[in-house]
Amino acid sequence: MREVTIPISDEVIRSLKVGEPVNLSGVMITARDAAHKWMIETFIKKTRAPQGDDLQVYEALRPLLNGGVIYHCGPVVSGLDTKQYKFVAAGPTTSIREEPYQADVMKHFNAKGVIGKGGMGAKTLQGCQEVPFVYFHAIGGAATYIAQSVETVLGVYKYEFGVPEAIWVIRVRDFPVVVTMDAHGQSLHEVVEKDSGKVLADLLAK
Amino acid sequence: MRDLTREILELIRRTSSDLPADVEERLRAAIEKETPGSAARGALETILKNVELSRQNSSPICQDTGTPIFYVRHPEGWSTRKLREQIRTALAEATARSYMRPNAVDAVYDKNSGNNLGGDDFPYIHFEEVEGDELTIELMLKGGGCENVGAQYSLPDNRLGAGRDLSGVRKAVLDAVHKAQGQGCAPGILGVAIGGDRGSGYLKSKEVLFEKIGERNPDPKLAELEEQLTQEANRLGIGPMGFGGGTTVIDTKITGLSRLPASYFVTVSYMCWAYRRRKMIVKGEQVLYD
Ligand code: SF4
Repeated sequence: MREVTIPISDEVIRSLKVGEPVNLSGVMITARDAAHKWMIETFIKKTRAPQGDDLQVYEALRPLLNGGVIYHCGPVVSGLDTKQYKFVAAGPTTSIREEPYQADVMKHFNAKGVIGKGGMGAKTLQGCQEVPFVYFHAIGGAATYIAQSVETVLGVYKYEFGVPEAIWVIRVRDFPVVVTMDAHGQSLHEVVEKDSGKVLADLLAK
Repeated sequence: MRDLTREILELIRRTSSDLPADVEERLRAAIEKETPGSAARGALETILKNVELSRQNSSPICQDTGTPIFYVRHPEGWSTRKLREQIRTALAEATARSYMRPNAVDAVYDKNSGNNLGGDDFPYIHFEEVEGDELTIELMLKGGGCENVGAQYSLPDNRLGAGRDLSGVRKAVLDAVHKAQGQGCAPGILGVAIGGDRGSGYLKSKEVLFEKIGERNPDPKLAELEEQLTQEANRLGIGPMGFGGGTTVIDTKITGLSRLPASYFVTVSYMCWAYRRRKMIVKGEQVLYD
């Protein structure tokens, strides 16, 4: 099993190939629909002026994301009233919803990995080659197991998005993933979809 | 009338954290079909470790604790108004205890209620008066990722060459499995309703998912189609999580409904491997869980 530590270098990113199981360790952030939309509108396309603590959060995220990893996850978190946060369940959520945003976000922050489930589309695959970064597929639904690999919750931003949508900063150890889109333009999702499509055509012809 | 709030809270805890044995067994068996060292086998191994840990810790099997769907069958004399209140109270408490994630988001104002209580539709509760003196409450947690890959076909469908018969049904279902790829957290379980209208089709395609794995439709024609669809879906090779592999679908359940002469719908509800459904039975003073 390949061990990869965050922050990740371009060299390591280019050495990762589709189908390869990896254990990730280090600091990453969670972000899903609300967070991606907020990043794009406020800091990348700038169609919305920064408000409240937007700028502070942005400055805090920049170093975390430089060489960093974004995890598509809406966790169940305990200790909300005491702020002694603990991840109770934290599996991946469907990534394709971030397809319009992902490549731009990765490029803007020079981030090196996205973790999610279900894979992503052509725009992201293109981004994987250019930035470069890779897509790590986590095991959908393996929420308790993954939560156990979250050693500490270091903080939370944009709590007002709601618990699942907030940006959580976490330190993980041995987070199990599989590379399904690499920096060389390969996508396991494309391959499986094509191969299964051929079988489907045969079955439909019967 | 007896207050069942505490017992319902326990039902929710069990449903969210303790995967039923019939599902776990099939997942275990599926491991043997995948090549050692493959991503597919790794996925199944992680899934099973996760199942054990969630059970030990009473923590959600999956963080998406889904749409809570309750089916309540009660003898004469129970107040459904009070039962509804008890279910809602138990669900809010289960959320406070992190058995459930706050999952009810107002679709117009985009606001999460924070306690899993939305309008009349969330949680979804179906009441039915039955004969006898037993009250049963069944709960299913239907995740969002797999709900999103559910599909409805109006036959005939020219693209698929699917006509208004069981052969057309077969084609529609296989197409739905292919479209879903790994997105519904395969390996999945298929609930299929033939006929009905658009609304009843989706409702009944979920209702069949309350049955045990391996239970066949009493109609031999449908029983055969259930077996055939599971086998053929697995030939697609999509595999656990869509990594490629031998197990894409664990079981298929079909129900036949009445339809209008003008309509022929085939509705597929896709259930992820985190196939959470449990039952409680109230018999006099006794409360039993499955
Ligand atoms: S589809 Fe099921 S297993 Fe996958 S994330 Fe959703 S609820 Fe969890």
